[in-house]
Amino acid sequence: MDEIQALAHGFGVALTLKNLLLMFTGIVLGVIIGVLPGLGGANGVAILLPLTFSMAQQPGGATSAIILLSCIYWGALFGGAITSILFNIPGEPWSVATTFDGYPLAQQGRAGNALTAAFTSSFVGALVAVIVITFLSPVIANFALAFGPPEFFSVYLLTFCAFVGTSKEPPFKTLAAMMTGFALAAVGTDPVTGTLRLTFGSVRLLTGFDFLVAVIGLFGIGEILLTLEEGLAFKGASAKLNLKVVLETWRELPKYWLTSIRSSAVGCFMGIVPGGATPASFMSYGVARRFSKDGDRFGTGQVEGVVAPETAAHAAGTSALLPMITLGVPGSPTAAVLLGGLMIWGLQPGPLLFIEQKDFVWGLIASMYLGNIAGLIVVLTCVPLFAAILRVPFSVIAPIIMVVCAIGAYTIHNAIFDVWMMVVFGIAGYLFKKLQYPLAPMVLAIVLGDATESSFRQAMLVSQGDMSVFFSNSLVGSLTGLALILLFWPLLAWTIRRIRGD
Amino acid sequence: MIEGREGRAALRHKSAEIALAALFFFLGALVIADSLRLGVGWQEVHGPRPGYFPFYVGLIICVSAVITFVRALLLRAEGDKTFVQVGQLKLVLTVLIPTAIYAALIGWIGIYVSSILFIGFFMRWLGKYPWWKVAAVSLGAAVVFYLIFEAWFKVPLPKGLVESFLGLD
Repeated sequence: MDEIQALAHGFGVALTLKNLLLMFTGIVLGVIIGVLPGLGGANGVAILLPLTFSMAQQPGGATSAIILLSCIYWGALFGGAITSILFNIPGEPWSVATTFDGYPLAQQGRAGNALTAAFTSSFVGALVAVIVITFLSPVIANFALAFGPPEFFSVYLLTFCAFVGTSKEPPFKTLAAMMTGFALAAVGTDPVTGTLRLTFGSVRLLTGFDFLVAVIGLFGIGEILLTLEEGLAFKGASAKLNLKVVLETWRELPKYWLTSIRSSAVGCFMGIVPGGATPASFMSYGVARRFSKDGDRFGTGQVEGVVAPETAAHAAGTSALLPMITLGVPGSPTAAVLLGGLMIWGLQPGPLLFIEQKDFVWGLIASMYLGNIAGLIVVLTCVPLFAAILRVPFSVIAPIIMVVCAIGAYTIHNAIFDVWMMVVFGIAGYLFKKLQYPLAPMVLAIVLGDATESSFRQAMLVSQGDMSVFFSNSLVGSLTGLALILLFWPLLAWTIRRIRGD
Repeated sequence: MIEGREGRAALRHKSAEIALAALFFFLGALVIADSLRLGVGWQEVHGPRPGYFPFYVGLIICVSAVITFVRALLLRAEGDKTFVQVGQLKLVLTVLIPTAIYAALIGWIGIYVSSILFIGFFMRWLGKYPWWKVAAVSLGAAVVFYLIFEAWFKVPLPKGLVESFLGLD
């Protein structure tokens, strides 16, 4: 059991006073970010990333930095449930499904039960995902050591095709958004030959677009503009959570063990294969409704209807880090931002991380266990405080969020130009959201564009332009094959529906 | 929702859909044009030329845009929902325009003064708060940002004349 030993070592790394303090800071910041409109896991982490630049320079600092940032992520995952249940406003896209049964419960005066169920199942989902990461990631990393350019390209291909196959948005809009991401990634110098591309003579564009700026604009500014449209009447149920309600709910929860297992499995799968937390939560809600004996009463305030999406969302959000640390391929926008952080701190994400940066990797994994325990404690004890944030009027909170976004965009490269780009991306984010163009594949394409292209061109060089290199052995062949199936899945599903005559 | 004149559609779904698809097509065409300049074929030693990958990226953008465009054209009148109401658009613009001005101001007078003005403007104009509250929140926010970013985490923020006058540079 090498993993157990490595994990014990990781706990040694993570369990210092400084790291524990950062963990709680991260969780609290994360929950606040998750509760606020316009700030979420991805852009929250992106904005706070520059704060870690000097921290990561110290010995062991990179581990502390990733602990802080990943805990912000866990906090944001927890925080999304609070606004969904109390205010019927999903703070995060993955908590939309939580509103279906969570808000009715709150209206019936059972907000405490709904919140306890949500937090506890989030915790369970995350725990399952961390256990999967603990035992699966060394295996995958070891396996990936032998990967060459064709294998890496097929993994990237699978990542992007999975978006087309699993997203609810129209496939051609997904493609358009994704390819725009690739085009933005191509701006600047060509990764292989160093030729300037798509700069059109502009000096500002020489270094290309930074995806962190895109993330802050798309998710931050865009989200605020959308929230504005909805009108700003936040009417919420009161958030009282006492020990009696918590214990009462905990006694009820074991009844839903099957739903928990199913949702964790859906979540882990969707997180590792980049589908992300949002589709995982919807899928898991749907599955639970179909299989539960109270299925037809879903939507009227069933605790089980809160358990299913929350477990899956948290499992997916957590397991999205697995491909990030083992292959350098993030499974969600937030994982992509964390990956960006790793590169800025001077760590090369990918299989070698498990050999060269043992302290970092196992410290991170251990911190996932601890961070989620810390998260559960923080949210169970401080719900009323966090809910109070939403009662701050929008005309105060909105400009402050905008200023925070601007500071975040500026500090990435100390460039004013990035603040302007953030506003442009904000407008794009608003339009994209309204017209159902998905943002996640675009962000991942900006992050992975250069790596995808390099691996493709290297593979082509090795094979002298022969495309069959992507089917040359069973591993790369099955990855490419699976990718193609997912890519054409919308078409297949449409054909099957036609044949059946529905 | 907003009633009356404010509730009228400022833009229909179909028009918005068509406009964005056209924009995507233009973007794709731009990418294709630059790729053709760089060469899209095979090159000895280097393999695919620098324009190879972006060329197909641009091509997929254009094809997707055309399909979305045509689908939007075929949208029937009853499916053509309101994209944005007049009242909503006004709200969005009252935030977007100050934000754009704010972004432009940062480079000129630094982030602190522009943030104070921006938060103050928002609270006074949209929130109708008394001046003392406006001043307290906007100045307080600037001080908090200074303490967190510059004092604690040592991340420099853009400054203008006022900061150098106060000796904060």
